[in-house]
Amino acid sequence: MAKLREYLLADQPGSRNHAKAVQYYRQWLALKSNPLALIGLFIVISLLLIAIFAPLIAPYDPLAQNLAERLRPPSFANWFGTDSLGRDILSRILHGTRITLAIVLLVVISVGPIGLLIGTVAGYFGGPVDTVLMRITDIFLAFPRLVLALAFVAVLGPGIENAVIAIACTAWPPYARVARAETMVIRNADFIAATRIQGASQVRIVLHHIVPLCISSVIVRTTLDMAGIILTAAGLGFLGLGAQPPLPEWGAMIAAGREFIFDQWWVATFPGLAICLVALGFNLLGDGLRDVLDAR
Amino acid sequence: MGRRASLSRLSMSHSAFFRTIRVVLRETLTVAVTILGLLAVTFLITRVIPVDPVLTVVGDNARPDVYERVRREMGLDQPILLQFWDYIVKVARGDFGRSVLTTNLVSDDIKRVFPATLELATIGTMIGVSLGVPLGVLAATRQGKWPDYVARFIGLFGYSIPIFWLGLMGLLLFYAKLGWVSGPGRLAIAYQDFVQPITGVLLIDCAIQGEWDAFRNAVSHLVMPASVLGLASTAYISRMTRSFMITELSQQYVITARVKGLSERRVVWGHALRNALVPLLTVIALSYANLLEGSVLTETVFAWPGLGRYITNSLLNADMNAVLGGTIVVGIIFVGINILTDVVARLVDPRAR
Repeated sequence: MAKLREYLLADQPGSRNHAKAVQYYRQWLALKSNPLALIGLFIVISLLLIAIFAPLIAPYDPLAQNLAERLRPPSFANWFGTDSLGRDILSRILHGTRITLAIVLLVVISVGPIGLLIGTVAGYFGGPVDTVLMRITDIFLAFPRLVLALAFVAVLGPGIENAVIAIACTAWPPYARVARAETMVIRNADFIAATRIQGASQVRIVLHHIVPLCISSVIVRTTLDMAGIILTAAGLGFLGLGAQPPLPEWGAMIAAGREFIFDQWWVATFPGLAICLVALGFNLLGDGLRDVLDAR
Repeated sequence: MGRRASLSRLSMSHSAFFRTIRVVLRETLTVAVTILGLLAVTFLITRVIPVDPVLTVVGDNARPDVYERVRREMGLDQPILLQFWDYIVKVARGDFGRSVLTTNLVSDDIKRVFPATLELATIGTMIGVSLGVPLGVLAATRQGKWPDYVARFIGLFGYSIPIFWLGLMGLLLFYAKLGWVSGPGRLAIAYQDFVQPITGVLLIDCAIQGEWDAFRNAVSHLVMPASVLGLASTAYISRMTRSFMITELSQQYVITARVKGLSERRVVWGHALRNALVPLLTVIALSYANLLEGSVLTETVFAWPGLGRYITNSLLNADMNAVLGGTIVVGIIFVGINILTDVVARLVDPRAR
């Protein structure tokens, strides 16, 4: 164990992989020393586990209606009570993690690469390419995010896939900005000049030398952004434009509990707490990652 | 000698003049391109809609010749670029078409609902500034002490709480359980006939007409939604204030001020905060613009008759003219606020010129 630690903290790593291992281990140690980031990590990992094992953990079927048991307050049988169709709210929240996670992952998977590519290309080539790409970015930034997402959903129709597309269409500009700023610094570095002299093509320089260096900023940005994506998705769900019933989407569950809010408070309260907790987890983890990966 | 000095000053102001012109031109061009892009996006949205706009006018069973005629009247047989040009001209005239839902002109509808949103966002921003700035300053001067933790806590929660849920919880606690504030809506029905809409901003209207009971009622309706928006704004403003202040407090002039023997209060609030004001102005404007947007969800929760609820209501009723009209207005306000802040920041801060 001590030997492994020594290996992982070596000042002069023997190989490339060794150097990588040392880097990751140091970053992990830095993250570990930040208790808030650890809490965030714990929440995010719990979210993943719950999403994977939802059917095993959930005490009831999230879609099973039981009108005899409708709007029951929290009890030992139903920890978070039941909704207007007698469905167990805890089970619905646990299954809802899958929807939340799916939305977040789909958005991130589509937005990260697009933003990264637009940003690095704009930053690396500069000139008219930069102007055109950044102008387009600014136009999308000029639109308020939720309103633009609303307009997109209005065209595409409500539903979870369309909510993902709408959020993705509005979420990429900040990534492009981050990647561009990073690229502007990197492109003047000596090693890029050296690569160019060696005869590397522009595409190769961008994809193999610049993109990898921008990834850590984009990861930080992504983690910090996930809370925002979750809140936007929940907002769309709340307005009835995201996931459609009977899917246990948290925003839609709050909307369903809205009419009972004064008498049966638990219907809307618990899904909201779930959103808060998950968003908080991503925010805490994002803050911690930023301190570790993005030292500036 | 004197003549030379005045000459050089003259030429300096001359070049400064041209520089200003150039900046103004560039900014105008930027705004124009951005707004054009904004219109292009909304225009494309209307083209992608699977609904045939002609059919909504003539009905499903129209004869082919009627259909053709209406199609031509609506300009849909024109090349797409020409249609886009017509669209720009229409929007420039403030013509967003007619709302299917209210049967009014969309522009009239927006004029009617906008003051309510303006009122809400303004009060929300005022709350955000009056809490966020002092909190941010305290957090920066007492790093690692409790004000810092309070600021961080509010920041984190402001970024993690769904605003519509917070509104519901606020209604549950302060309206239903404690009875401290009024419920959804903008004014109790009992007062609605007393107050004539003059400016559309209810608080001002009540004050002008001396209806103080209605004023108090309006305030008790406004407190909750404005506070919900205010929390989001406080989170953002305090976080940014803290980071600006930390930067400023590490500058040399702060040391100079301290060496001169100024009190810590003068150093922090008089010198450092003053220098942080320019970037802060941008942040506040941005937060204001964001509140106009955040009001979409808040207005829905509080049944607040503003632009946000107008957009969502129209959306749920597939009233595309109204949705796009509202979207364009919000977008243009966004661009306007951004550009205005840029200009003001340049005027106030010589470093930005």
